[in-house]
Amino acid sequence: MTFWHVVIQHILPFEWAQPMFMKNALLAILLLTPIFGLLGTMVVNWRMAFFSDAIGHSALTGIAIGVIFGFADPLWAMIIFAVVLAIAISLVRNLTNAATDTIIGVFSAAAVALGIVILSQGGGFAKYSRFLIGDFLSISPREVGLLALVFCGVLIFWIVIYNRLLLVSISPSLARSRGINIQKMEIVFTVVMAVIVTVSIQWVGILIINSLLVIPAAAARNIANDVRQYHIVSVLITLLAGITGLIGSYYWGTATGATIVLFAVFIYLLTLFCRFRFG
Amino acid sequence: MMPDVRGLRQGKACGLCCTRIENFSVTLNHVEILRNVNLHIHCGELTALIGPNGGGKTTLLRAMLDEIPHRGNIRFLDAKGHRSGKPLIGYVPQRLNFDSGAPVSVRDLFAASRSRIPVWFAHSHRLVQQARDGLAHFQAEKLLNRRVGDLSGGELQRVLMALALEPLPDLLLMDEPVAGVDHKGMELFYRLVADLRQHYDLAVILVSHDLDLVARYADRVVYLNKTVQCTGKPAEVFENRNVVQALSVGQWDAALVNRQFPQNGGVTQQ
Repeated sequence: MTFWHVVIQHILPFEWAQPMFMKNALLAILLLTPIFGLLGTMVVNWRMAFFSDAIGHSALTGIAIGVIFGFADPLWAMIIFAVVLAIAISLVRNLTNAATDTIIGVFSAAAVALGIVILSQGGGFAKYSRFLIGDFLSISPREVGLLALVFCGVLIFWIVIYNRLLLVSISPSLARSRGINIQKMEIVFTVVMAVIVTVSIQWVGILIINSLLVIPAAAARNIANDVRQYHIVSVLITLLAGITGLIGSYYWGTATGATIVLFAVFIYLLTLFCRFRFG
Repeated sequence: MMPDVRGLRQGKACGLCCTRIENFSVTLNHVEILRNVNLHIHCGELTALIGPNGGGKTTLLRAMLDEIPHRGNIRFLDAKGHRSGKPLIGYVPQRLNFDSGAPVSVRDLFAASRSRIPVWFAHSHRLVQQARDGLAHFQAEKLLNRRVGDLSGGELQRVLMALALEPLPDLLLMDEPVAGVDHKGMELFYRLVADLRQHYDLAVILVSHDLDLVARYADRVVYLNKTVQCTGKPAEVFENRNVVQALSVGQWDAALVNRQFPQNGGVTQQ
């Protein structure tokens, strides 16, 4: 970390890059936003926006469970609960004929309600509201290290499994005729999403984490013609929105996550304009 | 490096390797959809699967693809006895379920199906060349860099057929294209499929609705309604009294009136 701080000191001699917390946050954003750019491409392909939203909301219950068991850091309780929820949704979806969004709606509502009921007991919900908005600037060097690990994990996952995920998203029948186990793919992907969303929720915030996943990919779709462009554009957009959002939030004194999302929305509108103008 | 299977097996079908479907039964939600389906399919043959809606045509295809739970076996026997076991099945889906806005090119589709190199990272030149050759067989090589979502119904059909032939399967399963293809397009499609089974060493099973075209292009017809009710040459099946009665809709009349079939020979009935 010290090395990183020195590097930043030299290449970014700006006022916003001076405080230690900004250096940490910048590194966190450089690690986290590309992950969202990558996973987002598939979330949009699979039309899973609602699903990832549900996973984000389930973090509340994870925190509540952590509180009940008296964990100092609720992260593990959150991850375990999110993974269980993700698997439950995939399984129930395959077992019943009900529409996917209905099932997700039921699970999501149950998770949020349960979380709020437990956390609001005795009127103490206010101290958890930081999870709703998130705080990028509070990230510690140890957490940046965790993010770096997650980043490598996702990259390896994305290299190993991408082609199969893509085929399943295009046509499950086609994928199956090529020997791909669809249910396994679905569960693996949803579990990875659950972990990523949960790990990053304390910095990005429950309310807006899903937009960070969906908007850059949706914007990339407007201008990309193949999978490679889709990835490059999506990752570039998340990086651009991430960095401008961080700087903007520093000068305006606003919540970083929400500022990033606003920049992402702005880029989305630009791509939409490009598409109508030139597409 | 994988051997070029196509080079080895391209050419006229030997007509000797076969796939046997033995006692296929499917029960979904306590409703019996298929019962004891037995079929014997030779390479070089175009088998048309006909029957009423809900008769189990698509279910049979899905069961063969292991997409739904079923009882019974599917076995492949090579002409020289070199290989037996599960056949390599190619599948041409009727439609893709992704939205047309997805930035996936035809090249991506081929690369994702054939290689483990993530398509967002790189494409193997050898595979791209192979895909181009495969598409060329269907006069579709110009589509390689197009977005899959931008293709017309006919173009998509050709791309999916080329894709299903990589690697060359023992058995090709396909649905007749539904909406969006006019009669001329249909005729073209049947000619293409008939061509396929002549030029490649494989068997084709086609779920069909257009009996007129089936009569002209299929080598064999299977009339499926819960089980195999009747199978044989087109002329034989269309002469069969039970089949005619079972589906006396306008389409059938047209197919029968327009054609003089020879007297039937060995129609198998079950």
